[in-house]
Amino acid sequence: MATIEIDGKPYTAEVGQMLIQVADANGVEIPRFCYHEKLSVSASCRMCLVEMEKAPKPVPACATPVMDGMKVWTRSPKALTAQKAVMEFLLINHPLDCPICDQGGECELQDISVGYGKDASRYGEEKRVVFDKNIGALIATEMTRCIHCTRCVRFGQEIAGIQELGALGRGEHTKISTYIGQTVDSELSGNMIDLCPVGALTAKPSRFNARAWELQQLDSIAPHDGIGSNIHVHLRRNEIIRVVPKQNEAINEIWLSDRDRFSYQGLTAEDRLTVPMIKKEGQWQPTDWETALQAAATGMKQIVEKYEPDQLGGLASATATLEELYLLQRVIRGLGSDCVDHRLHQIDFADQAHAPLFPYLGMPIAEIERCNTALIIGSHLRKEQPLLNHRLRKASMNGAKVMFINPIAYDFNDMRIAQQIITSPNDLITTLSGVAKALLVGKNNVIPQQLEDLLADTKVTEEQQTLAQSLETGDHRLILLGNLATSHPQFALIRALAVAIAKLSSAKLGYCAEAGNSAGAWLAGVLPHREAAGMPISTPGVNAYTMLNKGLKGYVLLGVEPELDSYDGAKALENLQKAEFVVSLTAYVTDTMKTYANVLLPISVFTETSGTYVNNAGTWQSFTAVVIPKNEVRPGWKVLRVLGNLLNVSGFDYDSSEQVRSEVCEKLGQKTTDNLNSWQVPNDLSARKIDGLQRITELPIYATDMIVRRASALQFTRDATSAKGVHVNSNVAAQIGATEANVVQVRQNAAKISLPLVIDERVPDGCVLIYAGQAENVALGSWHGWVELTA
Amino acid sequence: MLAQRKPRPTLLTSESYAEIDRWLAKYPPERKQSAVMAALTIAQDQNGGWLTSELVNEIADYLEMPAVAVQEVATFYSMYEHKPVGQHKICVCTNVSCMLCDSERIVKHLQQKLGIGFGQITPDGKFSLKEVECLGACVNAPMMLIGKTYYENLTPEKIDDILARLN
Ligand code: SF4
Ligand code: FES
Ligand code: FES
Repeated sequence: MATIEIDGKPYTAEVGQMLIQVADANGVEIPRFCYHEKLSVSASCRMCLVEMEKAPKPVPACATPVMDGMKVWTRSPKALTAQKAVMEFLLINHPLDCPICDQGGECELQDISVGYGKDASRYGEEKRVVFDKNIGALIATEMTRCIHCTRCVRFGQEIAGIQELGALGRGEHTKISTYIGQTVDSELSGNMIDLCPVGALTAKPSRFNARAWELQQLDSIAPHDGIGSNIHVHLRRNEIIRVVPKQNEAINEIWLSDRDRFSYQGLTAEDRLTVPMIKKEGQWQPTDWETALQAAATGMKQIVEKYEPDQLGGLASATATLEELYLLQRVIRGLGSDCVDHRLHQIDFADQAHAPLFPYLGMPIAEIERCNTALIIGSHLRKEQPLLNHRLRKASMNGAKVMFINPIAYDFNDMRIAQQIITSPNDLITTLSGVAKALLVGKNNVIPQQLEDLLADTKVTEEQQTLAQSLETGDHRLILLGNLATSHPQFALIRALAVAIAKLSSAKLGYCAEAGNSAGAWLAGVLPHREAAGMPISTPGVNAYTMLNKGLKGYVLLGVEPELDSYDGAKALENLQKAEFVVSLTAYVTDTMKTYANVLLPISVFTETSGTYVNNAGTWQSFTAVVIPKNEVRPGWKVLRVLGNLLNVSGFDYDSSEQVRSEVCEKLGQKTTDNLNSWQVPNDLSARKIDGLQRITELPIYATDMIVRRASALQFTRDATSAKGVHVNSNVAAQIGATEANVVQVRQNAAKISLPLVIDERVPDGCVLIYAGQAENVALGSWHGWVELTA
Repeated sequence: MLAQRKPRPTLLTSESYAEIDRWLAKYPPERKQSAVMAALTIAQDQNGGWLTSELVNEIADYLEMPAVAVQEVATFYSMYEHKPVGQHKICVCTNVSCMLCDSERIVKHLQQKLGIGFGQITPDGKFSLKEVECLGACVNAPMMLIGKTYYENLTPEKIDDILARLN
């Protein structure tokens, strides 16, 4: 502890803190440009100069550590002269084009120059001009405005983990730029826009759309990943101009992934459905709500009466709110069917009865960064949940041992990775068994005897041995199951082995949620085997895969395009088209939808409805609607409520989404989840065998749900454009005699299509990587299986 | 983790790599970037005095650095060239001390004699001219640097002599 004096007042501070931190903590204002609390200190702008006792020259407050007895003046004549001089220099080369600058009104340079700048410039010489470069679809640049604070550069190095911008040149010739012709591709790039104190980096999608002072700021929660980032929605006259992060240190800190920042563009996509539509005698026509809802109710009832209740199935997206999800399953169950599910990416449901209450991260989000040891199984975490990956990266920077077992050698933005085992989907079980076996040595009664017996013949490779050894170091250990594990054809086995590994290494076990409200979907009971709050059902309905693969007579869809959102899109589409009656509660209308649906009900999406998302760490976050959706679009929960009423489901007189929420809350009571005891001991550990090339499928970051797929700027990023084609490494390419950019024939089961070949050295031998959620390759079907390539 | 980069064709010779490795050996293995300046110099020497973006990329790969970070270094220091130079790169100091000792006369003489301005190469590719800041030889201003040799207390006659010997 140190006591220092700032402007004549005493303050206590921690030794080692910088002066500016103490000033900030106590509300003493010191101007700054380069300093940022989340970035390293560069002390390059000199705006924060203050006078210090016994120092001959003013010192930078951002780079001067406090010392006991220090005396500092922030507004003495000496300090002010220094600050004003720096200001004058900074403005020498600044274009002062505030009237045409997007940052105008929220610009740190503008604000600070009001306090420290002169009213007229003394500089008569020529100003520096920097020509603009295109650095991608998300960030607009106007580098003449740059003041070289290097916040954006440091963000790349320190937070995003890939340095994409650099300060090229020297002195007056310094330019912030990407490397020759490259774009900024980080999935966190939008944060640079927030960090840039001037208008050098601004948001391209909202460029020139509004002035800061015209905007109204309302809060919401982002729906696309399990983090549940807190957001400020900036609106003008009921139109979303942009989305920026809202600080919440426990969740997203001050950051926001690009997906959550720019997905709002999807709200105004051209194919937005704004009036209810029904198909009459083969013709689609717009109609009023009453007619549409009546048609939906009648159609659903007919299926249940004509066949049996189980012929009606409900499929929902986990980007829907808890309230919508809860009501959906109540409607379906009210009609006597338990066929309701949200796990559209899953295929192995063998142990679902034993699954945890919801896919829980195993610990609070912020705690991830305090792990000492972490093993991530089957996850492209960086793209699945960018900010979770950021926490893990922080842990690794603090010395944690981070290990991955993945089918693809993903790049984890400079994370210090202790070990990465690359294993094909086929071999994953063997690899996990090996790790478990290695950990088993010398431990008794930690895992059931039955599993020990199954492991008896398992051979341990050196690689697995090393990984196991690392797992037994550090006192805060975590095993995390990612989305590639959840969608694996032997997920139940993976779960069992992950539990075993966690138990044997005294680690916590966590699951990465797939969407913003996966946890909410579990809790709301959008599952064939459980009602809300995890209440088991004695004779479960069928799961999402079976519903779509075997076919039902009727479907109720909530926010999904099954051909893109499910494990076997081709089969899904086929069966939807065969079904007698399909009602889709959807925000969009596509030609494909028109081929299978009978009724389309336009519902609102995030920011347009009140509701709740439960994040990966089990945190409930409720929000109100911040935009009024167009025309006849209505919140999903209201639509479902009316449907419930029309179908005479009892207890459907909710007045608000809060009432729905409370009902789920009450049911849930004090129940918590226990990942380590939610599993099933397997009978068999044998791996599936596929001969020939195995398909690996990843759902890429900008194809995860209906809204994101329509966010136009995101679709131009490299993450989106590189998710095309069929990816193989050069060995495999050579085997089939094809080279990059060749179009190759891809055969999977009965399907045969042509796709461009992409040489991708991250893919292991014997495998091909084909991305999901791409219209071009839906026809191929299953996410796993055997694929044949011909040049 | 930059391991997934595609292997690029190697432009640097094995001698250059051996030389870079000699520098790498001086630093801890996780601090490969410490050798970046040396590596750039080696690459530049091998390539006739200037750097191409392909060379920068190759160094970035080899030192496991982002390419833009290598480029930052390569553009910060004035001894790295990004365009072709003459066989003899003549760097004339025009900073304060040299200027006071009439470096202007030196510059004029060189430009007339070679028929080129700053940043240009003689048609035969022999010489190029470059204006530089203080090279720390102020005591013997005016001065110029050719290759690795300093030439000080310059006069037009002296320059004629030096250039003649370089021919
Ligand atoms: S672009 Fe913005 S953040 Fe980057 S150095 Fe320039 S002023 Fe700073
Ligand atoms: S804020 Fe201190 S030098 Fe920039
Ligand atoms: S000024 Fe020319 S060498 Fe110093």
